[in-house]
Amino acid sequence: MKAITIEDISKKYGKTQALYPLNLEVDEGALFGLIGPDGAGKTTLFRILTTLILADGGHATVAGMDVEKDYKKIRQSIGYMPGRFSLYQDLTVEENLNFFASIFGTTIEENYDLVRDIYVQIEPFKKRRAGNLSGGMKQKLALSCALIHKPKILFLDEPTTGVDAVSRQEFWEMLRKLKEKGITILVSTPYMDEASLCDRIALMQKGKILSVDSPDNIIAKYGKPLYAVRTDKLHRLLQDLRAFPDTHTVFPFGEYLHLSTHHELAQGELTDFLREKGHQAIDWHPTEATIEDCFMELMTN
Amino acid sequence: MEALIKTHNLTKQFGDFTAVDAISFEVGKGEIFGFLGANGAGKTTAMRMLTGLSRPTSGEASVAGFDVYHQPEMIKRHIGYMSQKFSLYEDLTILENLRFFGGVYGLSRKQIKEKSARLLHYLGLEEVARKLTGSLPLGWKQKLAFSLALFHDPEIVFLDEPTGGVDPITRRQFWEMIYEAADEGVTVFVTTHYMDEAEYCDRISIMVDGQIVALDSPSGIKSSLGVESMDAAFTKLARGAQRGD
Repeated sequence: MKAITIEDISKKYGKTQALYPLNLEVDEGALFGLIGPDGAGKTTLFRILTTLILADGGHATVAGMDVEKDYKKIRQSIGYMPGRFSLYQDLTVEENLNFFASIFGTTIEENYDLVRDIYVQIEPFKKRRAGNLSGGMKQKLALSCALIHKPKILFLDEPTTGVDAVSRQEFWEMLRKLKEKGITILVSTPYMDEASLCDRIALMQKGKILSVDSPDNIIAKYGKPLYAVRTDKLHRLLQDLRAFPDTHTVFPFGEYLHLSTHHELAQGELTDFLREKGHQAIDWHPTEATIEDCFMELMTN
Repeated sequence: MEALIKTHNLTKQFGDFTAVDAISFEVGKGEIFGFLGANGAGKTTAMRMLTGLSRPTSGEASVAGFDVYHQPEMIKRHIGYMSQKFSLYEDLTILENLRFFGGVYGLSRKQIKEKSARLLHYLGLEEVARKLTGSLPLGWKQKLAFSLALFHDPEIVFLDEPTGGVDPITRRQFWEMIYEAADEGVTVFVTTHYMDEAEYCDRISIMVDGQIVALDSPSGIKSSLGVESMDAAFTKLARGAQRGD
């Protein structure tokens, strides 16, 4: 059985088409990522799947149940961590966790195994009000609360947005461990570098899915020769490479520019061009596409 | 090098908690300075002191030649500011936002009119100038917000996570705008969680637990830590952090 099936689900807010009819399946036990910027439709899709809003058209099932007809049963079997901090600020850490446990008719003790690894990190502060926690600790408490009733499927809407690179890595390590316990996880993120940590991903933009596959397969489908290029004048290089006859796209990528071309470049071909333009310390070599390269290529098409 | 920002042992305490612990650095004219750090490292508090919003506990700092203790109002007039969270009024039209911010910064009607026309032309937004700002795509809002932060010709602009949530192509176009501003002599002070963006800065500082633990060009920081990427450099320094935000 699939954990999540989505068939032609669409949603409009007034004149804005938030989701165009889209199709998607998530396997049981998978760590599945929805990757895309703001306005891609990620949150709308989450709200439909967690039965908080109704789609305009199409069908979707979660844990084998219909999001419209079986919404009450779905709510019992999923955990949801919305993008905005969702805990009660004036309850303590312990009170928040107890509250969520009792709403689902369970106790902290009953499912402690599942949350232990995460909860022990905030347990020293269990008497502190949630509103006074640091960002990283809030995030861990919210995850504990979303897990305390032992859900089959976990929905995490942008859990790492605005979080620093180190805390993001720690959060993904937690997700890996939860996956090993057999929980299906649907997670959204605007950070393209997090895509490689998922089993499968859907790249989303403006209410549409651009591509669905494993991160490796998406990268394998990139399809154009790609080079990392740098010289002593990085900003000028961008302008100059745009004027290079064989250029398909050129984008800054950290200390290098990524240049995709229509044909494979011959040895020296690019070096001569750049030398003529007055560049020095010319360094270019073929490079493998990242998910961000793929995303931009799909956006450009 | 003419320094637009100068700090020496700048410190901010809240009770017995030292949010910013004796930071010292200078930012030169036309420089793009990346201000990095883990959540809770003290970046926001430091930025609030530099923008005249929060009085330091001790140490010295001046911004655009004005002292943070005695001339915070002068600082506010001579800087631009933009963040992902607050930028534009969504239920004003684009033109109304321009008029509003121009007025706040004390520009004359004539100046506002001339500058608005130039800005709308530069951004290619003439057609939609009378539409509600909320109807613009996020990427355009961010570009407009950045241009507005420069509307009163400040010498320095503070950008607090300006590209959060923006698609990868728009994010890069945004950085081209930053380069153009810097080429014209504007000093840019920017925070980001995208490590590739740290590479686009002339110099960066990395804060951990209230202190600046690294301050150099991106390549200088990488080579002194013996790592290949900014991501690895940041991880190496911030892993040891004791506090979150």
